[in-house]
Amino acid sequence: MNIKKTRNNKLVLSLYVAGKTIKSIAALKNLNFICNGVFKGIYKLEVIDILKNPKLARINQILAIPTLIRNLPLPRKNIIGDLSNRELVIAKLKYNENSL
Amino acid sequence: MKNNKTYFKRSPLPKSPTSIQGLDEITGGGLPKGRPTLICGGAGCGKTLFAMEFLVRGVTEFNEPGVFISFEESEKELTANVASLGFDLKKLVAQKKIWLEHIHVERDETEQNGEYDLEGLFVRIHYAIETIGAKRIVLDTLETLFSELPNPQILRSELKRLFNWLKKKGVTTIITAERGEGSFTRNGLEEYVSDCVILLDHRVSEQSSIRRLRIVKYRGSTHGTNEYPFLIDEDGFSVLPVTSLGLNHDSSIERISTGIPRLDTMLSGKGYFRGSTVLVSGTAGTGKTSIAAQFVEAACNRGEKVLYFTFEESSSQLMRNMKSIGINLEPWEKKGLLQFHATRPTLYGLESHLTTSIKLINNFKPAIVILDPINGFMIGENETEVKNMLLRLVDFLKMKHITAFFTSLTTSGENPENSDVYVSSLIDTWLLLRDIEIGGERNRGLYVLKSRGMSHSNQIREFRLTNTGIELVDVYVGVDGVLTGSARLSREMQDDAEKLLRQQEIGSKQFSLERKREAMEAQIIVLRSEFEAEESESLKIIGIEKARNESFKKVKAEMAKSRRGDAPLKKTIAKRTKYKRK
Repeated sequence: MNIKKTRNNKLVLSLYVAGKTIKSIAALKNLNFICNGVFKGIYKLEVIDILKNPKLARINQILAIPTLIRNLPLPRKNIIGDLSNRELVIAKLKYNENSL
Repeated sequence: MKNNKTYFKRSPLPKSPTSIQGLDEITGGGLPKGRPTLICGGAGCGKTLFAMEFLVRGVTEFNEPGVFISFEESEKELTANVASLGFDLKKLVAQKKIWLEHIHVERDETEQNGEYDLEGLFVRIHYAIETIGAKRIVLDTLETLFSELPNPQILRSELKRLFNWLKKKGVTTIITAERGEGSFTRNGLEEYVSDCVILLDHRVSEQSSIRRLRIVKYRGSTHGTNEYPFLIDEDGFSVLPVTSLGLNHDSSIERISTGIPRLDTMLSGKGYFRGSTVLVSGTAGTGKTSIAAQFVEAACNRGEKVLYFTFEESSSQLMRNMKSIGINLEPWEKKGLLQFHATRPTLYGLESHLTTSIKLINNFKPAIVILDPINGFMIGENETEVKNMLLRLVDFLKMKHITAFFTSLTTSGENPENSDVYVSSLIDTWLLLRDIEIGGERNRGLYVLKSRGMSHSNQIREFRLTNTGIELVDVYVGVDGVLTGSARLSREMQDDAEKLLRQQEIGSKQFSLERKREAMEAQIIVLRSEFEAEESESLKIIGIEKARNESFKKVKAEMAKSRRGDAPLKKTIAKRTKYKRK
């Protein structure tokens, strides 16, 4: 597990991957790029490898890989795919309940 | 592979038995082992139950653990739903024999960004299979994914990969899918699952629903190609492959009493054959059910089990009615020898009736089955269907050596011999009840229309329902034709009176003759005594005359002697000898 902590957790993310597949690596790379760029210092990312911990896949209803879950802020959001469209990912992650 | 039963010996394809009643017969041993099978059908046709039963039976009967991946229902819902079929999923899950997993994707929360795959699904299935060592797996309505996940192209290729992956793993898989228009499934899953496709159908005809199953495709194996009726009830799924039955049942020579002694006599003295099919047909109120009840009572008395399907009366009504003719069936029901099954024929379709009946028969194992009456099934122009159903039932019963007893209501007016033509070829012994209307009253007549394999009476018997059961009486056959009921009684009384009269006449004739004889004999006695008196009188006179004659001769001779003394005596002596001779 790869946990990055910051003082001010405004964005709590989980990324589910299955081993070191091309899509998983790409997703992690894209996510790291986004977070370190836009959300630097305000995010917490947990990378979960379901190959190592398959129970979590069941608990969190993971089906597609890679899946990025925005746990906080609410509402919960899932993004599936290798996050190659970085701008869209940023827009989705910024989007919060106040604007609903 | 130990449990693999192959129905056709030549078939090399390993099969995974379903243990679903009847299905293994038509699939030749079960579903293809280690390969995916597609079960498709419309909503509510029993796909999930079919799949669940496959898993549960796999565990309970073949010790093959199974994984149930549900894309629609949650674990809780599933457990509750199949509990009604007597499957205790909770226990099986706790024993790690069954793995239940609900997979769902929140469509609203999910967005696609870039390429993805279903590795999560693979991992979860893999984990489930490995955890319990599953040999069987069900993916219940995989197609739900198409509405939950974006990008069907990716899904398609991923599902294709999934099936290949499962095949490689060697688990027997059932994939259920909704039936689409013009194709077996909405998303064309049949393209990927090509080993075995089973179609379930649930259609309504004449307001009753019929469930049918058809094996569309079974690669590498022969299979029954017909549409087979199936049933879902409290015991689960059952398929009825009765059309595969042949005409090769053994026939018994054992005879069983009809419960009516005179009827036994009419059937060459012994009653019906065991395992034969008996039909009693007649117009309303001719006593068909009574004959059935009498037969039931006799069977129960012998200690045989009877299963009574009644389609018109409730069991309590039937028992009450039968009490009025002295047949008490209640004790037998309490004893467990008699089981009633009262349903309206319209309650469910013919096939369901058949499957239910066969299930009940299999469970209860009766020696005699009564269907009272079979007409209830006739709705509109479904004669052939009814006949097919009865044919299947009769075949089944014959195979099991169960005596079948049907009653059939015929409409008055038509020729009773024609009324049940559609089933007549199935029937071994056919009794016909008809009402005979004479002299302002209606009486029942019974005769044996046919009875295969025995010499039977050709006589019409009057059939009477008395307080002590059924009675058969000879009808009056005389110059006035066939008489029954009070006409017969009055005719018989009249006959009796005439007979008495004749007897009296003979008596008096004989008496007068005797008197005459007596008078005559008395007269004879009188005449004889008169004669005797006369005779003795005459003899007396004769004696006197003789004596006089003698003495006269003597005197004459003395006189002659004294008068002449010279006349020769010879003449007189000669004359005397002459007289003596006289």
